[in-house]
This record gives sequence, C-alpha cells and structure tokens, in this order.
Amino acid sequence: MTQLALVIDLNVCVGCHACVTSCKQWNTSGPAGPMFDDNPFSKDPTGTFFNRVQTYEVGEFPTTETVHFPKSCLHCEDAPCVPVCPTGASHKRAEDGIVLVDYDKCIGCKYCSWACPYGARELDEYQKVMKKCTLCVDRIYDEVLPESERKPACVLACPTSARLFGDVHNPDSEVSVAIREQGGYQLMPEWGTKPANHYLPRRKTRKTIHEDELVRSDNPLKKEDIRHETSKEVTLDDWLM
Amino acid sequence: MHPAFSVIFLTTFIGVGQGLFLALFTLQSYSALELLPVQDSREFFAAGSFLALLFLVAGLGASVFHLGKPSFVITRAWRAASQWRTSWLSREIVFIPAVIALVFLYGLLHYLGWEANLFDVDIAGQLTLVIGTVTTLFVFALFVSTAMIYAAIKFLQEWASPLTVLNYTLLGIASGFTLATAFAAWEAPILVNFFGGWAILFTLAALGTRTASLIRNARIKHKSTLQTAIGVRHSHIEQKAMGMMGGSFNTREYFHGKTAAFLKSVKWIFLVLVFAIPLVLLAIGIGTDSLGLLAGAFVSQYLGLLFERWYFFAQANHPQNLYYQTI
Ligand code: SF4
Ligand code: SF4
Repeated sequence: MTQLALVIDLNVCVGCHACVTSCKQWNTSGPAGPMFDDNPFSKDPTGTFFNRVQTYEVGEFPTTETVHFPKSCLHCEDAPCVPVCPTGASHKRAEDGIVLVDYDKCIGCKYCSWACPYGARELDEYQKVMKKCTLCVDRIYDEVLPESERKPACVLACPTSARLFGDVHNPDSEVSVAIREQGGYQLMPEWGTKPANHYLPRRKTRKTIHEDELVRSDNPLKKEDIRHETSKEVTLDDWLM
Repeated sequence: MHPAFSVIFLTTFIGVGQGLFLALFTLQSYSALELLPVQDSREFFAAGSFLALLFLVAGLGASVFHLGKPSFVITRAWRAASQWRTSWLSREIVFIPAVIALVFLYGLLHYLGWEANLFDVDIAGQLTLVIGTVTTLFVFALFVSTAMIYAAIKFLQEWASPLTVLNYTLLGIASGFTLATAFAAWEAPILVNFFGGWAILFTLAALGTRTASLIRNARIKHKSTLQTAIGVRHSHIEQKAMGMMGGSFNTREYFHGKTAAFLKSVKWIFLVLVFAIPLVLLAIGIGTDSLGLLAGAFVSQYLGLLFERWYFFAQANHPQNLYYQTI
C-alpha cells in the first residue's frame, strides 16, 4: 500500500515561508476555487492557508536555538478527522493515503476540525466548507507536467530542500531512508493518529577529540620545532622509522 | 473551544423535548399499572407531546445555523445521515428526525384516541404504550449520540469522559421533568407532586454528575505539551510566531477569548440557575401548586442550561491551541 507524505527537515528549514506562499498560489488557482483572503492589505489580514510556518525558541538566553516549524495536514494513517465526518466528505484515499475533503459534499459543520489534534483544517469563510492540504493531488499525477515537477508545490519551492516528498510505506524511498537514518519523528504520538508526515530533528555534527590526540607528549613535530630547544629524547617515531 | 450558539440552543432545546416526552411516558406507564389516575388523552398527552415537539423542532431549527450555509440544508444535509456507521454526529442526525416523528405519532394517537387490544389484556392505551416504548429507546439513543459527539474526541480531555454522557442525559431529563411539573400545574394539578418529585430527584442527580465533572476537569492533566506538539525535548520552549498576524480559523474556532474570571462567574451562574433556584422553587411550588413558581423553576433551569452549555464548550482545551500561543 502506498502512503504519500512529506518529510520536513527542521535542521535546514530557515523559516522563509516560500512553501506557504507557493502552496497558496497553486491551490488558490486550482480547480477547487480560490482560498479566501480577507483584508489582505489592511488591518488584521486573514485567510485560508493549507500550510503555515511557525517559529519557536528552544532554551533560555544565551543557550537558545530558533526552530522554524512548517505545519500542514499530516495525512495521518489513523486519521481521527475521517470517521467523525457525517457526510463522508472527509475521506482517506485507499490508493495513496491522502486525506481529502470533497468540497461538494461538505456541509461545513466543522466537526472534523475539532477531531484533528493538530489544527490542520481550516473552514473557508466564503465557500463555508472545510479545507486542508491535499498534497497537491491535482499536480502530482498530472502527466502534462514534466516528471520532475510532479511534486507538491511546497516541495518544489523550498530553497533549502527542507521538504521531501514520497511514499513512506516503501522502505527504500527517499523519505523512508531519511526517516530511518536521520531520526524522523511524528507529532503528538500520544494520540495514536500515526501521522504519515514526519519531521527530521535539529542535529549537530560532533566529533569527539581527546586531549592527548591534540597534544602528544612525544609529538615528532616538536622535536624539530626550531622555535624551541631541540629535544634529545627519543620519540616513538624514531623507533618506528 | 469557542462556544457556538447554534449548538448551545440545539442541545438544550432537544434535551427539554426529550425529557418532557419521558415525563409524559413515565406518567402513562404509572397509569397503566394503576398507580396514578388516568389522564385525558387529548388534553394532557396530546398537548404535552405537542409541547415536546415544539422544543424538538426548535432544536432542529437551531442546528441549521450550525451548517456552513443554511442553503446546505436543501442541497447537502441529507448526506449527513450517511456515515452513521462511524460518526456520532451522523447518528444524532438520524435520531433527531426519528424522535420527532415518533413523538408526533405518540401525540397524534393520543389526540385521535386510537386504541387496539394488542396483547389481549385489560390495559387501556396499548397502542400508545408500544409507540411510547419505542420512542423512549430512541430518546435515549439520541441522548447518547448527542453526548458522544463530544465524549468521543479523546484528545478533548475535558469532554472525553462517561460523565459527559451522564450530564447530557440527566440535565435533559431534569429540565423536561421540571417543564412537565409546570405543565401539570396548569393542566392537571393532581400530578404536580409526581412530576415535581421526579424533577427534584433528576436535578439532584444531575447536580451530582455535573459537579463530578467540574471536579474532574479542574484537576485534569493534559497529555499534549509543546514538547510533543513540535517534538523537541527541552523544558523551556516558547513560541515566537504562529505564522500569521491577523488570526485564522485556528485562532477563532478554538479559543473562547474570555478571561478566567468571566469563565468562573459563568460557572457559578449556571450552578445557581440550573440547580439552586429550581430546587427551591420546585420544593415550594409542589407544596403550593403554584403555576408561577413552577414555571419560574423551568425558566431558571433552562436559562441556566444555556450558561452550562456555554461553559461546557469554553472549558474544553483543544491541543491545537499549543500551536497558537503568540502572534
Ligand atoms: S493532520 Fe489532522 S486533518 Fe490531517 S489527517 Fe491528521 S487528523 Fe486529519
Ligand atoms: S466540516 Fe465537512 S468535512 Fe468536516 S466533518 Fe463536517 S461535513 Fe465532514
């Protein structure tokens, strides 16, 4: 079975919001109609977005770290938002695991949004139906596009390649390897929703170097160091060479 | 959560309607067993059923305003009955019209005075007793469905408890019996003691379960934290930006936007209006058969239930709020 998903690398995300704007651009021009924008250029601009980038500060000054955190629907494998929908508008596709809302069936009762612990769903204030990330379902299968562009808009837009896209059920896919080898994790695992999207943690590359590796008591270089008095002592290298 | 008035009116109205039907049917069962004097079918039961219907239909009307657009009632709402296998909301949508139809049938049979000796025994009103029994089952199914809409969302921990089901059921029954007491004071004063006694009992029972849930929720420990929400293990994490400045559905739908003091006063208001005042008025009203006092008891209890429902929604903390702490 296929389960398409995003893997988001928090180690490289710089919080530029390119995924947010490209998502909005692609989806507001899509067949489902525009995603509303209220007061876009005046006080309190608000509107429907499928994807947001948030920023968190971890730790206390001076040992702080800034984490930029993109958040969209996680296409949960055990999606709590699907069984609660009274109309069947909210559904999970069997063929690729994408969780979608049928905008022609939705009655805008908002129950599914209550049942999503992540706040990934937003009611469109004009169409009055529930909207959420579609993983660009109208793009990833579009054979008119060149193969390399059959990816969600956010993935293509990310300048740091912090967003990977693929099938998390195929153990050899790019996303599965990244999750396996780089410590991919799920959000709020306590609710058993099994999000398909994963996040890669912040990671540091560290090498442990012991002091005696830096300062060798019998360092041969020291023997010939003309700035110091030349030692007459025998070094290990004298024996070896 | 942000309390929605459509749902507040929906749940309180149908609660009264269901409770009033149960009160009428309890009376009829007692009469059938010759424990109470038989009431006039038309004057009492048909009129009472009509009153219950008014509340049920008003509730259904309020629910229309919970849809995205009222026009969805005609174009799409029929679909909402389709997912009854998995969705408690869908089940509620199936049971509301079913209960309305059954209460209508129950009232109609009483009005027409139709009789049939179904079981070959010497008991009057067998037909309405059978319909009433079926209706009772549906009424309880509706109570459970309504409450389970909330109790079934496990991460809304304030709601995810059997107490939610008990509260919805007992509060609905209590308000229905209180209305029945006032109705009896008007139509058949001899029954005031019967209905009033039950109303007091159910109000006390509801006081018990509602207080239990208040105590439970006051000491609730939320499972989700900012640590599990973003998956970073550190005791000190602070949100610096939520990704937008003018708010969104996420900031409007899940926050009640009122102060803690406001919430606390709503709690005391509903405790007084739903329990204290009606209990006193019922106790005095039963002794004096005073329609005014008993009607006052119902009005106070119903108004209180509006506050109670508001508080029920406002008190629930959605885990998504963790992601929306600062602009
Ligand atoms: S993230 Fe929310 S909306 Fe998306 S599948 Fe999971 S529960 Fe449903
Ligand atoms: S808002 Fe739409 S998709 Fe969500 S539960 Fe209601 S009908 Fe289903």
